[in-house]
Amino acid sequence: MEEKGTLRIKTGLAEMLKGGVIMDVTNAEQARIAEKAGAVAVMALERVPADIRAAGGVARMADPTVIEEIMAAVSIPVMAKARIGHFVEAQILEALGVDYIDESEVLTPADESFHIDKWRFTVPFVCGAINLGEALRRIGEGAAMIRTKGEAGTGNVVEAVRHMRTINEEIRRLTVTPREELMTAAKQMGAPYDLVVWVAENGRLPVVNFSAGGIATPADAAMMMQLGADGVFVGSGIFKSADPAARARAIVEATTHYDDPQILAEVSRGLGEPMRGQEISQIGRENLIQFRGW
Amino acid sequence: MSGGVIGVLALQGAVREHLRMLDACGARGRAVKRPSELLDCEGLIIPGGESTAIGLLIMRGGFLEALRETAVKGLPIFGTCAGLIMLARRVTEGSQPLLGLMDMTVRRNAYGRQVDSFEADLRVRGIEDEERPFRAVFIRAPWIEEMGEGVEPLCFHQGRAVLARQGHLLAGAFHPELTDDRRIHRYFLRMVEERKNEA
Repeated sequence: MEEKGTLRIKTGLAEMLKGGVIMDVTNAEQARIAEKAGAVAVMALERVPADIRAAGGVARMADPTVIEEIMAAVSIPVMAKARIGHFVEAQILEALGVDYIDESEVLTPADESFHIDKWRFTVPFVCGAINLGEALRRIGEGAAMIRTKGEAGTGNVVEAVRHMRTINEEIRRLTVTPREELMTAAKQMGAPYDLVVWVAENGRLPVVNFSAGGIATPADAAMMMQLGADGVFVGSGIFKSADPAARARAIVEATTHYDDPQILAEVSRGLGEPMRGQEISQIGRENLIQFRGW
Repeated sequence: MSGGVIGVLALQGAVREHLRMLDACGARGRAVKRPSELLDCEGLIIPGGESTAIGLLIMRGGFLEALRETAVKGLPIFGTCAGLIMLARRVTEGSQPLLGLMDMTVRRNAYGRQVDSFEADLRVRGIEDEERPFRAVFIRAPWIEEMGEGVEPLCFHQGRAVLARQGHLLAGAFHPELTDDRRIHRYFLRMVEERKNEA
């Protein structure tokens, strides 16, 4: 019997992206630059997070024309973002044939109580998380891939580090938690019990976990890989820098050779100005994107 | 299986799954990131991933040449999905670095986009218990469009060859490493043993 949209097919594509870089692009030309630099996928957007942050207002799914132009320009997978809870944007993206949907806090949430029921779709979803409970809730809703949120559009890696360390630490703790305490752990994190048990037994998330939100240099990417990320998303960091093609290529090489400081030194050289970046404490908690989603 | 190491090319892609599978088959697997690490490998797996990314990363530090040279000397190689593309001599569209070791033309993303990805039960010739179907997982998969006389197809899906062998080289469009069925990996490990006995 032939089947489509099984969990194995959804999580399987994320497995194939491991060790790679997924780049935010806003048009076909940027998508071609990303593909040529060795990106494993592109994220089709109307504006990169740094510009969304600057512009304010409501950020929505990109225009289908933009997404289709990007899909026509490259042969690598194309992802696109839907607002949290906006299941109709997700239906539209699935109809367009995008390869992965990011139910993303970078856009303005459409529902303040509920995320999308991702089991109802054939197309796989990636969702953001700042801790293990959030990651397992999203997986419980059908997400086939997780990314730690970081703080999008800041070019500051500190939140990405915090979220990756938090999830790793919570996983480590579960692996030494006695079986009889797991139900209480599940209650405290607000996570499905069977997934908590799975993590306790296997010592990792049941799906691929990428790092996102603030990665701007090859060293940032390599650091996230050494901290245990399966791969990285780079949003504003590439096309807000002085030389996007060179920086994109360098971040790809740094993600593969993350444990080889000689290669990291070599690829970090002469890339021109990185994106300017923002100090998190100057943003103000009410303007932080990472706390969107529940 | 005896003591030799089976390398898994670890530039990008589903490395962990192949290592898990090798372990389950009782073989010793090792991630290979540098050309020098090829030297003591008795066999090599090129995993699924994005073939354009793997193709670019393989150009660094003479890796492409080193791989070609070792393959020409007879190193058994098993490529899955992106690995199948890397082994091919030609792709139907576009240009990308290829190892060009197997006399075949492949079509990338032949079945369409991710929503068209599928799993199906297929018959695979030459593996143990070959009457029992193999659950084949196709993810944005390529197919083999044309092949030369030296290439022997081992599995078909709707008339298209999706697993083929040419001497010490094996290439598949689907992902046995995403299942618990070890028969194709064991088939490859037998190829490695045969090669050792010849040498």
